[in-house]
Formats: sequence, structure tokens, C-alpha cells
Amino acid sequence: MALDPHSVFQFSPTHRLQWEETQQKHVILYPEGLVELSDSAAEILKMCDGTRDVSELVTALENKFETTGLMDDVAEFLEAALHNGWIREHSHH
Amino acid sequence: MAGSGSTPITNPRWLLAELTYRCPLQCPYCSNPVDFASHLDELGTEDWLRVLSEARAMGAVQLGFSGGEPLTRPDLPILARHARQLGYYTNLITSGHALTEDRIVELKEAGLDHIQISIQSPEKTLNDRLAGTESFENKKAVAALVKKHGYPMVLCVVIHRQNIHQMREILEMAVELQADYLELANTQYYGWAQLNRAQLLPTRAQFEEAEAIAQDYKVRLHGRMKIYYVIPDYYENRPKACMNGWGTTFLTIAPDGLALPCHAARELPGLNCPNVRDMSIQDIWLHSEAFNRFRGEDWMREPCRSCPERSRDFGGCRCQAFMLTGDMQATDPVCGLSPERGVIDRVIAAAECGALKDQPLTFRNTRNSRTLAATRVPRSGGG
Repeated sequence: MALDPHSVFQFSPTHRLQWEETQQKHVILYPEGLVELSDSAAEILKMCDGTRDVSELVTALENKFETTGLMDDVAEFLEAALHNGWIREHSHH
Repeated sequence: MAGSGSTPITNPRWLLAELTYRCPLQCPYCSNPVDFASHLDELGTEDWLRVLSEARAMGAVQLGFSGGEPLTRPDLPILARHARQLGYYTNLITSGHALTEDRIVELKEAGLDHIQISIQSPEKTLNDRLAGTESFENKKAVAALVKKHGYPMVLCVVIHRQNIHQMREILEMAVELQADYLELANTQYYGWAQLNRAQLLPTRAQFEEAEAIAQDYKVRLHGRMKIYYVIPDYYENRPKACMNGWGTTFLTIAPDGLALPCHAARELPGLNCPNVRDMSIQDIWLHSEAFNRFRGEDWMREPCRSCPERSRDFGGCRCQAFMLTGDMQATDPVCGLSPERGVIDRVIAAAECGALKDQPLTFRNTRNSRTLAATRVPRSGGG
């Protein structure tokens, strides 16, 4: 499944993304489900606010963490997140 | 003996709050203890509020309000509001019976995240017969109202010999009701289900046919409806990883305040499960003898002790091992490596022969519970 470069991504309204103090981790919560996230996965999901397409997400993350070359990792994670229903994609603008 | 051995203690992440054993339904596969009528002294609101706070401070984040029928508790909205404020993801696990639109709205405003409704069968006559109550049309109406008010809607159908031939109709019903999730839960044989096992356990052929249908829908409905398929462990060759390991993840609080490391742990002899009326959740989780009893691997015997798969399935379920072998330290007899696997094979052979499948079911109600508690001798074995 290749990502549509024109799609924007939004965190699922039927899931909840939350910081867990006792675990020192972000988690995704949904009916009877719990996924513990790595720091990088949480950073990507927090940026999925329904305004950014994949290249805009990569730019925002690269700026925030002062790095480059994130495209492959971000695209791979977004595909998995879509497959799991954590995010939704909408056509741009 | 807290933290004895080399096993670090992890935080609880799931709290199952069994608010009550009262229920308007009488399902013969209920996992509640057969003698539930001897434990009707329910925790009050203040105790539950404290339990929710203490478990949340320990790290619990998924919360199930269960029972019995949790809607019989008038303080449910108070508990749901408190839970939401603490940051729990709150699941209401209900029969849906008599759930009104006003109640659905009230719980939504309190912060309830999701409602799971159980349906016994896609056919009215069988649904109402299994539930022991006329409830089918009402449940379908409630499912629609749950959707209407923006909850993720989960349908739960417990699968057994009386409805397994309806697998396709069950899936079509879930599609029609626009369920977001469908839980197809093959019966786990505890409590009332164990009592009615001869009438409930399907044959292997029935199970395999139903599973193939469910897997086909799972693929076809991907992205529209998520299907959780709970396998029947009797037809597996390895035990389930019960509770994700004893005292690692799950904490169940029974209606009378008993804290259980596994739903059926009340029945384990000499375990002395602690009660939240006497101990804090922190003490229960970290220091109680019951929660430390089967943590880690030190308790294991052969064939588990040297088994390369022991860290995957933890030797299976302690309650099932006790129920079927009389020894709670034994390997779960579901395991093909267990010297007692014959117990399970004999039950499967009996299902195949089907001689007892049409025996009357013993329905889960207070009267039957009282009678059974008064007359029942503890039994082991798979006869």
C-alpha cells in the first residue's frame, strides 16, 4: 500500500492518544485495546492533525528534531497506522 | 515476599470492575462463579471511587465496568465520571437490556468512552431462550442508539454449540447494525459455562467451519469492522497466555471487593485473595500473597519449567489447571505437552459423540446459584 502524496492525515476520532505518567510513554486507547508507543511514533501521531500531507509531516518533524532523511521511516509508520485504524486519510484541501 | 526472585513487578494496565453479580439475563455460559449468590454484599460507591483512584495511580488505564449487569448500579454515572477525570479509557460491558436513550446520553456526558453490547444469537427465539429473558428487539434498538450518540459500538457474541451454526448470520447482523467492532468469543469454560460444558462445547468440525467463515469476513471487512476472534482453547495445542501473565497486567475487582489476579481465582484453594475493604490497591498488587503466588516462573514444574515457550504462555491458566486437574500448579491441561491432556481429549470426544448435547441447560440465576452452592461438592476432572 503506497501513500497518496495528496492525502492529509488525522488521528482517529474513535481512538485516544494519551501520555501515561506511570509508564513514561504515550499510549493509544480504543475499545478494550491499548498500544504503547515509542517516542518517535507518538511524535508522528501528534502531528496528524488533519492539515498535513506526508511531505509536510516529514518537514515538520525534521524541523522539530533538527534532522533530515525521515521520509522512509515516517511513510512506513503512516502506512502501519492507517492499517491499524489509528489515523484516517482525507483528500487535500 | 513482594518481588521475590528475579521477576520485576510491572504496573497493572487493565482494571476490570465487576460492579455487581445482579443481572436480568440468565446466560448459561456466564463466567461468573456458580456460587455468586453467596457473594452479594456489594462494595459501595465510596469504595469504588477509591479503588478507581488507587488503581489509576498504579498505572491502570483501561477500565471495564462489568458484572453481572453494571447498569443495575445507580451510581454508574458517578463512577464513569470519576474514571474519565482520572484519565481512564472507560468500557461499559453490558447486556444492553433496558439501556434507555436517556441513560446513554447521561453516560456520554459523564465521559464513558465505549459501550459493548452482548447479543446471544441473530435469531430472536434463540437469543431470548439463551438470555432467559425476552431481550432481542430491545438489544438491537440499543445498538442503534449507541451508534447514534457517537460511541464506538462493539457487539459481543459468545459462541458455543447452540449458536455456532449461525456464524454467517451473526456476522451479517453485525454488518447490518454497523458495529465498529465485533467480538466473537468462543466460550471459555469457567463458572456456569463449565457447568454446562457438555451442551456448549462444539465439535471440532463445527468449530473449524465457523472459524473459516469468521476469518473470511475478517479479511473482507477490513477497515470497516474490526473482528476480535477469541479462540476456544480446548481445540488448541498450547494454552492461552492467561491474563498476559499472573499479576503483570490485569486486576479484577469482584462485586464484594475481592481482588483477583484471574477472573476465576476466587475458587483456588488457599490462595486467600485480598479484599479492597482491607488493603489498598498498591498493597494488593505489590505485596499480597495471592498476586505474588504465580508471578514469574519460580512456581513452575515440568514440563513448563524447562519449556522454551514458558515465557509466551506462562503455563496457561492456573484456574483452568485447578478446575481440570485438581492442582493449580499443574501445566494447563490444554497444552499438548501436559501429561493430563487426556482430560481435554475426553471432553472433545464426548462432544463428538454428542450424547449430552441436548441435556437441559442450567441457567445462571440466583435460585440455581443457591441450590448449587448448597449441594455441590468440589469436583475435578473432565468427565
